[in-house]
Amino acid sequence: MFSANTVIGQTGSFAKEKPREEGHEFKWPAEGLTTVPDWIYTSPEIYEREVERIFHGRTWNFVALEAEIPNPGDYKRSFVGPTPVVVSRNTDGTVHVFENRCAHRGVEFCRQPLGNAKEFVCPYHSWSYDLVGNLQGIPFKRGVKGEGGGMPKDFKNADHNLTKLKVTVLHGVVFASFAEDMEPIEAYLSPEILKDFNVVFKDRKLKILGYYRNELPGNWKLYHENLKDPYHATLLHSFLVTFGLMVAGSKNGMIADPKGRHGTLASAKPDNVATALDDEVKKEMRAYREDFKLADGRFLDYVREFDSPWSVTMQTIWPNFIVQRELNTLGIRHIVPNGPHSQIMLWTMFGYDTDDEEMTRHRLRQGNLMGPSGFLGLEDNEAIKFLQEGVRRSPSERGVLKLGGTSTGSTNSVIDEAAIRGMYAYYREEMGL
Amino acid sequence: MYAGYDMQAVDAKSVRELRFEIEEFHTEYCNMLDRGALDQWVDFFAEDSLYRITARENADAGLRVGLVYAEGRGMIRDRAFAIMHTQMFAPRYMQHFTSNVQVISVEGPDLGLGDGSLIKAQSNYLLLQTLVDGPTTIHQSGRYYDTFVREKGRLLIRERQCIYDTVLIANDLVYPV
Ligand SMILES: [Fe+2]
Repeated sequence: MFSANTVIGQTGSFAKEKPREEGHEFKWPAEGLTTVPDWIYTSPEIYEREVERIFHGRTWNFVALEAEIPNPGDYKRSFVGPTPVVVSRNTDGTVHVFENRCAHRGVEFCRQPLGNAKEFVCPYHSWSYDLVGNLQGIPFKRGVKGEGGGMPKDFKNADHNLTKLKVTVLHGVVFASFAEDMEPIEAYLSPEILKDFNVVFKDRKLKILGYYRNELPGNWKLYHENLKDPYHATLLHSFLVTFGLMVAGSKNGMIADPKGRHGTLASAKPDNVATALDDEVKKEMRAYREDFKLADGRFLDYVREFDSPWSVTMQTIWPNFIVQRELNTLGIRHIVPNGPHSQIMLWTMFGYDTDDEEMTRHRLRQGNLMGPSGFLGLEDNEAIKFLQEGVRRSPSERGVLKLGGTSTGSTNSVIDEAAIRGMYAYYREEMGL
Repeated sequence: MYAGYDMQAVDAKSVRELRFEIEEFHTEYCNMLDRGALDQWVDFFAEDSLYRITARENADAGLRVGLVYAEGRGMIRDRAFAIMHTQMFAPRYMQHFTSNVQVISVEGPDLGLGDGSLIKAQSNYLLLQTLVDGPTTIHQSGRYYDTFVREKGRLLIRERQCIYDTVLIANDLVYPV
């Protein structure tokens, strides 16, 4: 809805955004991964193929944190790709995910973001479902005495359950899949990614601090690119470079899984950024602001609460999940693709149940870095919006990914785009491009 | 309804005076923001203050996260500086409209007119955003829950909770509310 706020060149008004002629074959440019064709961000056919092959395909999609649904009957309204689902905790404690679509007429029956229920009742015709998505009751199933009506004799409730998804839970994080035969989540994540995932979640009890939600008028893949793109982090974000949270020349890493679909953007904060940076580096980073001094620097403090060499790890977990550990501000982002030109970002910020009042307040203060008003977050949202407008509106067709040559995957340098190339190598295979 | 802001019995005559004073406060505060004079933003706050912008869903559930969360004038000043001098975003104009000012409680000397008084109030706000190459849109519909403290005769913000109903934000919120 908000992406329609654009007046100049509304979405769908350019040739690149329209369906191609019958039989059109999308062909990745011959240059390979150093070149990205604009149509992966603009084409409605490509978007449909992504939903079918990626979000509804062989992927584990984030749907909820267990901390959001701690008790039997707790539920969360969520999404797998753009598809509405309900995440529900049964009376036996198990977690279930099913489509938020009544088996009768297709009503999206669950409307509360979070809640507790004994059963789910579709408001339209009162069909009711239990906490695992099985059809329980149909009003007037046998019709009305003397008037007839009702379901045919061979109607079986069991044939009309809600569409159920496969579910897996890892250290309090709930994933779902439309695919029947998914590998275990640990194998899906890979040891490379699991390592920093565990730092945040393993043996921890989360305390939810709250939510942000925003529409970002850009293709969903741009958010993955953003966090597989350490180059931008050192150039766009004055907070990162001025206060040394991530700067070229200090200890950084871009860690990819062997398939290239997930990533961890990692950085170790130097103790003193002013001395850690030589003048050469400062000159290249326009965002570096010698004159920027904080009146209250508390919010950038780093409490060393993790057994990890990194002070920052931003994880992109294919296809819809971001794990943010930026110093002590913790959160996840759930990407809901919303057509080629838009995505909905659902942010859940949290701390741990062991936090005392001061630690909670530290996390709340540090939260100013992230989210739709965050010193870093809002700059990314703006940049991604600008990128989408550029590729939509311009007749040129190509983006360039040549930093670091043609390699793919993990790098130590931040001046490299190998992780983005790696992601697109995997993407092309999944998409048949 | 926001926790800690339950309606109390208040003196009708002083309330009229206070409401007018709060309306004037809003007018000056919003004019400052709408002019983009963010370097003056901090002048509206008491030394020991809390400023938070958060979605209604967080406020209703008692969740403490802030889209913006500032403890004290230092954090207010830093955010103002960042927005004015270091942050990257598309140019835009903002207009604030406030209404329905209601005095909720008054504590302190001279029915709220004496120094050190604490006055709680709620007001509706509407925030319009105009991206310079786009239409003017309602960016937020929300409510201020304010605690003012009177210092040297003047009202200052001890606490301002900006609770917005527009839970799904159009991309981002750059300027303060
Ligand atoms: Fe960024």
